[in-house]
Amino acid sequence: MIAAILSLTVLGAVLGIALGIANKFLKVEGNPIVDELVDLMPGSNCGQCGYPGCVGAAEAIVAGTAPATCCPPGGKALVSAIAAKLGLTVDLSALGDDGPKIATVAEELCIGCCRCARVCPTDAILGGPKQIHNVFREACTGCEACIEKCPTEALVMKPVPVTLQHWVMPKPRLA
Amino acid sequence: MGFMNLFKHFLGDDWGVHPDDRKRPAANRPLRTMPVPEKLYLPLQQHLGGPARPVVLVGQQVKKGELIAEAQGMISAPIHAPTSGTIVAVTDITAPHPSGLTLPAIILAADGRDEWIDCQGCADPFALDPAEIGKRVAAAGVVGLGGAAFPSAVKLTGAARSKVKTLVINGGECEPYLSCDDRQMRERAADIVDGIRIMLHATGAREALVGIEDNKPEAIAAMQAAAAGEAEVHIRPIPARYPMGSEKQLVQVLTGKEVAAESRTFDIGILVHNVGTALAVRAAIRDGRPLISRVVTVNGNCANDPGNIEVLVGTLAEEVIAFAGGLKGDGIGLARRVMGGPMMGMQIPHWRVPVVKGTSGILAFDAQEVAAQEPDPCIRCGSCVKACPMGLLPLEMSARIRNSAYDEAVGIGLKDCIACGCCAYVCPSKIPLVQYFVHAKGELAAQDRNKLRNDATKKLAQQRQERLDREAREKAEAAAKRKAEREAAAAAKAAAEAAAKQATETEGESA
Amino acid sequence: MTPATLTAQTVASPHAHGGNSVSRTMFRVQLALLPATLYGFWLYGWPAFFLWALTILSCVAFEVLSLKLMGTPRIKGTLFDGSAMLTGWLLAMTLPPWAPWWVAVVGGFIAIVIGKQVFGGLGQNVFNPAMVARVALLVSFPLPLTLWVAPLPMSTLPTPDFVSSLRIFLTSLPVPDAMTSATLLGHAKTELARGIDLATALHAGPDLSWIGMRAGSFGESAAVLILCGGLYLLITRVITWHAPLAVLAGVAIPAAIAHAVDPGRFLSAEAHLLSGALMLGAFFIATDYVTSPNTTTGQIIFGLGIGLLTWVIRSFGGYPEGVAFAVLLMNAMTPVIDRFCKPRILGRDRKGKPLDIPENA
Repeated sequence: MIAAILSLTVLGAVLGIALGIANKFLKVEGNPIVDELVDLMPGSNCGQCGYPGCVGAAEAIVAGTAPATCCPPGGKALVSAIAAKLGLTVDLSALGDDGPKIATVAEELCIGCCRCARVCPTDAILGGPKQIHNVFREACTGCEACIEKCPTEALVMKPVPVTLQHWVMPKPRLA
Repeated sequence: MGFMNLFKHFLGDDWGVHPDDRKRPAANRPLRTMPVPEKLYLPLQQHLGGPARPVVLVGQQVKKGELIAEAQGMISAPIHAPTSGTIVAVTDITAPHPSGLTLPAIILAADGRDEWIDCQGCADPFALDPAEIGKRVAAAGVVGLGGAAFPSAVKLTGAARSKVKTLVINGGECEPYLSCDDRQMRERAADIVDGIRIMLHATGAREALVGIEDNKPEAIAAMQAAAAGEAEVHIRPIPARYPMGSEKQLVQVLTGKEVAAESRTFDIGILVHNVGTALAVRAAIRDGRPLISRVVTVNGNCANDPGNIEVLVGTLAEEVIAFAGGLKGDGIGLARRVMGGPMMGMQIPHWRVPVVKGTSGILAFDAQEVAAQEPDPCIRCGSCVKACPMGLLPLEMSARIRNSAYDEAVGIGLKDCIACGCCAYVCPSKIPLVQYFVHAKGELAAQDRNKLRNDATKKLAQQRQERLDREAREKAEAAAKRKAEREAAAAAKAAAEAAAKQATETEGESA
Repeated sequence: MTPATLTAQTVASPHAHGGNSVSRTMFRVQLALLPATLYGFWLYGWPAFFLWALTILSCVAFEVLSLKLMGTPRIKGTLFDGSAMLTGWLLAMTLPPWAPWWVAVVGGFIAIVIGKQVFGGLGQNVFNPAMVARVALLVSFPLPLTLWVAPLPMSTLPTPDFVSSLRIFLTSLPVPDAMTSATLLGHAKTELARGIDLATALHAGPDLSWIGMRAGSFGESAAVLILCGGLYLLITRVITWHAPLAVLAGVAIPAAIAHAVDPGRFLSAEAHLLSGALMLGAFFIATDYVTSPNTTTGQIIFGLGIGLLTWVIRSFGGYPEGVAFAVLLMNAMTPVIDRFCKPRILGRDRKGKPLDIPENA
């Protein structure tokens, strides 16, 4: 019995030391996963999440202080991607997201004040002073920074229209 | 099942399935030609590649065969007016597609005269330069009539460049219910052989192998008779198995060569074309006529009078069915509307969609034929593995897709799936396997598009930041410059005043 | 049919089906088991019938209970696909024919709840549920599970009628010694343990019989009828020949070699093939869809493994019968076999790389 106690103690001690050495010499500097998360995000630094830019939000998600659902422009797709990467389980049904939305200008209301164009992080709004403005569909990330700037409420968020080229066959429903 | 098939089954080499082919009696009825309908709806995208661009205006009068939309880009095809008449609109119509979404189309109202434009035919195609043949085929808007609708001229010129040696002509028509190729081979065999010879000339290939499934004995006989005198055209009966008409399987059975994954048949010196395309090429070269009509099979338990109809491209499916005798009981038993064949065809939302260049069949199925049912759980029987002609593992891929692990599914071969439908056909649990695969491929494409979009918006944001920084910097520089100028001016003024003051003092002293 | 049956949701191709279904497959397997089962009733009398009926009933009952607890929406459809009934039937085929009622109930519980539903239901279990139950019962209640009865036509005692059979079944009365008998395998093992040579032992013990006139389970006694059932399944393409042939070869080859080397120590191949649940295991257990590999190569490896392990356990192990253990062990290997025995994708080599394009095609 003494032999058993002794051998297990020695084994435990040796392995513990080995782990300590490994922790010192094989340590991973920084966290590459933060960069991977930033790659997934829209990257417009819109600030809707409340963190300093997309990098700030990624760091917070990895640290666990922010939920994976904190990025509204990313939508459900982003949440699933983040969950997959970090191994989290996220309840997608809570998101009231029916797909990505982009800003659209109601032309009869626009007065050409240019306030929206100045705040758009990707310069997606085209228009000069006293000219009706328009939003480039491909450049809009849905960050909603322009919506509150418009004095006539000409800007609204609308779902991206599905075209034949972008349609995806729905997943079969389970029985 | 034939003896060879039984033997192969014993050895385990029996990919594919053997559905009842249900081609007769439709296949035995002679071809009927449908008269010109009142309106024709011509989608701008009836082929793989870039959509065509309209070159006509609303209200313009066009003649039969006149160009109404031109090809855009390297891989594209033009569209021609199937009859003479007036352009009524260029607008969105319901696409012949399961989504029910719309696509742009030209709507043509027939004037009843059906007048052709002047066509430039050719008495001796074999005197023409192969490049010229390619040009004329492209101008005629010929696309693959087997269903894929790939622009044929691109294939012909690409084949000539790659120096293909063998032309494989697909007379397989492996899908059940369809018999348009069968009828054309029975009735127009000589013209098909002529078209094949023109294609041989256009590509520089040395021989043509025509594969015809052995459930079409009359077609085999007719083609053999027509090709009797031609040394380079060989008619080869092949065992009837679905999907024998699939390019990779057909090439393997006819030539024994395997097409490598992620590559084309060109790479092993083979070019594959459908028999219907051969006919279209012949019409384009000999008669100078563009592709404006095709043969469509109307079949299914709900069809009153199944058969093969020659219709103008752009005719609504509704009108084709009406001409073909309508539906039994006015469609009361109808459970599904299909465009194409039952294994790979598309469900369409209603009959008011047009026939396009790639439409091979219009099928009206009742519930018994569709046999739709809520799926049961997968019992891992492996029937799908046995049936898959590409050697994939449908049960594993669909399990991963169900859990949204799309990349893992790609890792076990999703990209090699040809969506033939054999796996879902044999599944005892009636799991919609093909729908999983098509969904996954769509999701992956959407993810790629999203990534491109994200990259672009990141770049835009970056550029905007740079612009703002640059503007701020320039502003600061300008301000600094102005300040420096002001100080210099003030200094100069002070110096001038000091000098003037000194001058007056000096003057005062000397006075 | 009204146009209302037209599906409003988008579906992909194919729009036709070959007609195969889970219930049709299960029905065919049950049909294949029927001759051996009926013969078993004749051989062993009413108690055997009660055991068979109660095993199936308890399996079905536990399936209903499990489905209700899991909140499955389609209980009726799932219940009637025939899989629970088949599990119970197979389990009954491997039990001693006069086992008491609680063996049937406990066996049903273990097979369905622990062997199948806990994993996620149909198609999700790793181990064959009937074999899980049999092994669990054998290890937990060795006595009732090894109390074999001589076939009634051979017995000198009068056949129990309906009422006394019921009493035997429900009260687990000790079976009169005159009726008990050892199976061939059991006899061989005990004699070998006592140091008696096999040749002498087999003279005194139960005869090897193709028509099942010796003690055993349903599956053991009617080896020929099981074989007929297996052939029926082969012809109707419910199973393929790879797994059954591999199992039989996996037992027969080592047995033949060993018997040739030392006949006093090892049973002959014929004895092995006809004893125990081997025929049943080869045609009905090793071919179970859920727990066997997907590809034919994998199935051959799987079958050979089962056969070899069975022979090893029977010849060297502590238990006289090894099929159940061998099956469970190979079930654990199935995912590994599946991982390495994948079919070759057309256009790619065995490693998954695209084939080389020849230079001058």
